[in-house]
Amino acid sequence: MIPISWILFLSLSLFTIGIFGVLARRNLLFILISLELMLNAVVILFIAGSRYHSASIANSDGQIMYLLVLTLAASEIAVGLSLVIHMYRQHHHLDIDKLNTLRD
Amino acid sequence: MSNYSSLLSLVPLLPFFSAVILLFSTLPKLWISILAVGSVASVALISLFFNFIFWQQSDFILTANLGTWIHIDQLTINFGLYLDALSLVMITIISGVGALIHLYSTGFMYEDPSFKRYFIYLNLFVSAMLFLVLADNLLLLYLGWEGVGLCSYLLIGFWYQDRSNNLAANKAFLMTRIGDTAMAIGLFLLFTHLGTLDIQEIQSKAHQTWSLSNNTIASICCLLLLGGAVGKSAQLPLQNWLPDAMAGPTPVSALIHAATMVTAGIYLIARNSQLFQLAPDVLYIIALIGTFTLLLGASAAMVQSDLKRILAYSTISQLGYMFLALGVGAGASAVFHLMTHAFFKALLFLSAGALIYCLHHEHNIFKMGGLFKKLPIVAVSFAIGCSALASLPFTSGFFSKELILEQVVASNHTGLWWAAVLGAFITAFYSARLFFVVFLGKTQSIPDAVPTKAMSLALGILCVFSLVGGIHPEGLKTLMPPLHSNGLSALHHWLPITLPFIAISLAWWMFKTKRFGKPINSTLLQSVHQLLKSGWAFDRLYQTVFVSPFKFLCQLNNRDIIDLFYRLIEKISCALHMVFSHFQNGNLRRYNASLILFCILAFAWYITGELTL
Repeated sequence: MIPISWILFLSLSLFTIGIFGVLARRNLLFILISLELMLNAVVILFIAGSRYHSASIANSDGQIMYLLVLTLAASEIAVGLSLVIHMYRQHHHLDIDKLNTLRD
Repeated sequence: MSNYSSLLSLVPLLPFFSAVILLFSTLPKLWISILAVGSVASVALISLFFNFIFWQQSDFILTANLGTWIHIDQLTINFGLYLDALSLVMITIISGVGALIHLYSTGFMYEDPSFKRYFIYLNLFVSAMLFLVLADNLLLLYLGWEGVGLCSYLLIGFWYQDRSNNLAANKAFLMTRIGDTAMAIGLFLLFTHLGTLDIQEIQSKAHQTWSLSNNTIASICCLLLLGGAVGKSAQLPLQNWLPDAMAGPTPVSALIHAATMVTAGIYLIARNSQLFQLAPDVLYIIALIGTFTLLLGASAAMVQSDLKRILAYSTISQLGYMFLALGVGAGASAVFHLMTHAFFKALLFLSAGALIYCLHHEHNIFKMGGLFKKLPIVAVSFAIGCSALASLPFTSGFFSKELILEQVVASNHTGLWWAAVLGAFITAFYSARLFFVVFLGKTQSIPDAVPTKAMSLALGILCVFSLVGGIHPEGLKTLMPPLHSNGLSALHHWLPITLPFIAISLAWWMFKTKRFGKPINSTLLQSVHQLLKSGWAFDRLYQTVFVSPFKFLCQLNNRDIIDLFYRLIEKISCALHMVFSHFQNGNLRRYNASLILFCILAFAWYITGELTL
């Protein structure tokens, strides 16, 4: 069995990569992808946690959580992508450093 | 008596209704004149009738009630009228002189486009003045007091197109307002301490409440009332509005600023004489004010060159005599002098008005001269007026002024007596100067009009009154008993009689040697002349002491010093806004960074909390 620390490390790496993507990327599309990455990092943690805390394999809380998050991610990405497309049509680019007309 | 009461209530109401009718109607000039003169003349007839009825009785009292004005819990103020010897004298003067001046005005103001407006104001004035002297409570008196002040303001600024007239009106209104405010406070104080505003009740209650030894409150009340009287009667230190008030039409100067309104202060003190007896210190202050004012007015009148300003300063000076008389406790002679002064000063002003009318609004006496043959009626009236003012024997002014001087002697104020005699000397001197310069000597201007019949009639009647008006009203003697002296010394008796003649001879000599109106060589004399001419430079004093600092403060506050505090609040909010607006910069990555940063911080804080537990 894989030790829990490995999985934790994997999750943390994925999450950090996601954060880095959100912070460093300027293209809105890549920021959305980085968000998905962060969600997946969390979901891995759910599954590993449910497996670690109960001996029986029948405990599937983590998997159920994964399905929920998947749905959430799908709907989020649907909305997000439609916004991205709309924005692209208006501005012909997706550079968020230039999309700052709503500032004070 | 009830018939008389309804007659009494007509007295102040007739001119009032006449003013209201004039206000809401368009009548030809003839009808305006008939209505305006008729209303006041009927009041004059009514007051003559009262004089006739009460000729023998000295302690009569006639009251009338026109209704309730204010009724709150324990305070009830009626439109109550109260007629006794004092107010009878007053209404006779007001309506008699008032009617003559109304009559005169129909001629004087005939060409004026605002003929109707003039008579509305004048009628309203007479009504307010009658309310003032007939009021049985101090609040109604105050209503009349303010009413005459308003009419005075309106009539000084009657020719409102001229800016200087408006300024003069404002000055008169504001300066009398200072006194009025003091008087209002006095009324509040009296009501607080005595619980009534009824004048007769105040007199009796004051004697019950306050004794002669313990009278601080009484003194304060009297001082505050005196403040009102000083403002209205143009005494020191509120005297300098009166010369400027001559900007109004001349009949108005005669009626309001010589015969009636300015005597309201004397009436107020005479009416409350029993209250003032409780405050001997205040009485002494009144005497001092009167003495200084009479000297100031007389010396200023000596050097003026404007016809009306001479008369204005002379009015101030004569009012000073009345204050002096009130101050030494001789209220009856003060009111007597008030009466004779009303006659001869109205006569002088009306003759001056006739002069101005005939000479195309010429006010400078040195541009007149030799008018005796050209305008004989005016000249004779002027001569009579001047001799009464100079108190030549057997004119009306003689009796009243002699009486005042006599009473001053009887009250043992020798210093004040000498000052008053000096004032009488100067008075005779400037009256003679005025008459000589205007009517004798070389002819300098040709009159192009003659007084109308109405004007001559009014002048004639006033001439008679000025000559034979020296009959002391009997009722006053019982109301305010005169002091009794134990015989006058020869000096006290003969000096006031001979001095006017010396003064007139001096004036004649100076006139013959052509010293009047000549430029003065010596610088010292010139500066004295300037000082006197400006009325002892009170205007400039007030300008530096009150007006300039006020203007300076206004200038400072022009930039709203108080607002600095509120602007500081605004500045702080702006600064805070600037700080926080950095967070809302539209930079999405920055938002994300701060979100994550604060999440991490919150998490770290949570974990450290868990750990310490």
